[in-house]
Amino acid sequence: MYHIYCPHCAEYREEEEFHAAGQAHLPRPLDPDSCTDEEWGTYLFFRKNPRGIHHELWVHAAGCRKFFNMTRDTQTYEIKEVYKIGEKPSIVAES
Amino acid sequence: MQHYSGFGLLKHSFSHHENWQRTWRNPTPKKKYDVIIIGGGGHGLATAYYLAKEHGITNVAVIEKGYLGGGNTARNTTIVRSNYLWDEAAHLYEHAMKLWEGLSQDLNYNVMFSQRGVLNLGHTLQDMRDIERRVNANRLNGIDGEVLDPQQIKEIVPHMDCSQNTRYPVMGASWQPRGGVARHDAVAWGFARGADSYGVDLIQQTEVTDLIIEDGTITGVKTNRYGDIMADRVGSVVAGNSSVIAKMAGFELPLESHPLQALVSEPIKPILDTVVMSNHVHGYVSQSDKGDLVIGAGIDGYNGYGQRGSYQTIEHTVQAIVELFPIFSRVRMNRQWGGIVDTCPDACPIISKTPVKNLFFNCGWGTGGFKATPGSGNVFAASLAKGEMHPMAEPFSMFRFHNGALIDEHGAAGVAH
Ligand SMILES: Cc1cc2nc3c(=O)[nH]c(=O)nc-3n(C[C@H](O)[C@H](O)[C@H](O)COP(=O)(O)OP(=O)(O)OC[C@H]3O[C@@H](n4cnc5c(N)ncnc54)[C@H](O)[C@@H]3O)c2cc1C
Ligand SMILES: [Zn+2]
Repeated sequence: MYHIYCPHCAEYREEEEFHAAGQAHLPRPLDPDSCTDEEWGTYLFFRKNPRGIHHELWVHAAGCRKFFNMTRDTQTYEIKEVYKIGEKPSIVAES
Repeated sequence: MQHYSGFGLLKHSFSHHENWQRTWRNPTPKKKYDVIIIGGGGHGLATAYYLAKEHGITNVAVIEKGYLGGGNTARNTTIVRSNYLWDEAAHLYEHAMKLWEGLSQDLNYNVMFSQRGVLNLGHTLQDMRDIERRVNANRLNGIDGEVLDPQQIKEIVPHMDCSQNTRYPVMGASWQPRGGVARHDAVAWGFARGADSYGVDLIQQTEVTDLIIEDGTITGVKTNRYGDIMADRVGSVVAGNSSVIAKMAGFELPLESHPLQALVSEPIKPILDTVVMSNHVHGYVSQSDKGDLVIGAGIDGYNGYGQRGSYQTIEHTVQAIVELFPIFSRVRMNRQWGGIVDTCPDACPIISKTPVKNLFFNCGWGTGGFKATPGSGNVFAASLAKGEMHPMAEPFSMFRFHNGALIDEHGAAGVAH
């Protein structure tokens, strides 16, 4: 089980308080009506799903209920960093 | 290929079973094949088998980075059923079910397919409405199914708590008598042996590290062990690693790879002769021929390629099982493990052409593809042979996520299975 540091609560809490909410940094198209079917479908469904470094959105569901981002290795499961929405990750995958 | 029979068993017993033929060859790959299958799980091996058997395409290689059937095929809890809601899915899984029913004979290999029936429990009014609807849809599609009340369930599973004393009392269930379980390893080995007997090369311990693509058309694969191997067509059947192969090809898939865990208890005397699944309390259980209770439930919420998950997921699963079967509360658990499942937003697979010509994908089976193994291989083989998708595979194109024709099976597939 993970111990996850919530950047809002500034505390480590158990994984059960959190939900993984998928890939981070997915901006909603500014004008959905002008999207092609392909652009809209890609936004809704298509994901990077990398083996290795991944940037994810998490929510502290049973805590402060705020969202934040995490950089995590999906192969080793190591949490590299957590950072607030709007901030940029300091660790990124090569290529 | 040596034919297996009771007589053969007797004959070999005279030589202390020391002269059995090897089940398949261990060849070095050729420079070029008509078709390369990436991934030697059940689906990949079934694809190779049907390519050779039904389409006469035998110049085929299956390239597997580990050992045959060592991925999700070896890690799943082997529940087989075909009671899916929507026509497209129902037809596909029922196609597989019909193949299961003759598979041991067809392969001359005992896959231990046991039609002991599958119960999907309902614990709320909405569960029961969904169950009624699904069973009716199944029957219209010629798939066996019945709606049972708690009394009828009790007759099938006397040890389950069907009383009103539980947090979520059992209100009823769907019952598919033709559902059941099969022996996962035997399925992989049976298809492997069959494919090998037609001349298919099974290349183990060899990872595909890149794809060779010229002008938008695939011409071969790069491997870590044998360098470049060329092919006219390539089928990727790598389950949890599909997004990794897609990235080599330069596109994304609507998939997320998650850990899915399962566990087995110590072997106990026969107590459960059917399969019990519950979406609502979220767990399922059957008993293997060896006697262990085989238990599983849902995925871990985060993406993971590590073939392991978090402890609390297992804890929730076991809580659900004990809620249903208080009698199991003191059974000790023996082993626990994880696989990497490729979940798709509509809980249906992707059997599809891709943006790269002659590159086909069969993936997205997520938590429930074992039951489809023969059907999946059968329609994928037909698609690879013709270069056009088999009619049963057609609705499962990856492009449905652009045109909106999703096949929402979350209701029928809400629990991992
Ligand atoms: C715990 C658990 C329980 C499950 N329970 C059920 C159930 O009860 N009923 C059910 O129907 N389904 C169940 N499933 C789902 C089922 O196991 C899968 O859908 C199915 O086995 C997928 O088969 P496959 O052949 O596509 O994949 P796999 O068996 O995973 O085979 C894919 C193969 O590709 C190989 N590979 C990957 N990358 C490469 C590469 N680059 N080069 C070469 N080879 C590569 C892998 O090593 C692997 O052997 C369960 C899954 C899990 C994990
Ligand atoms: Zn918090």
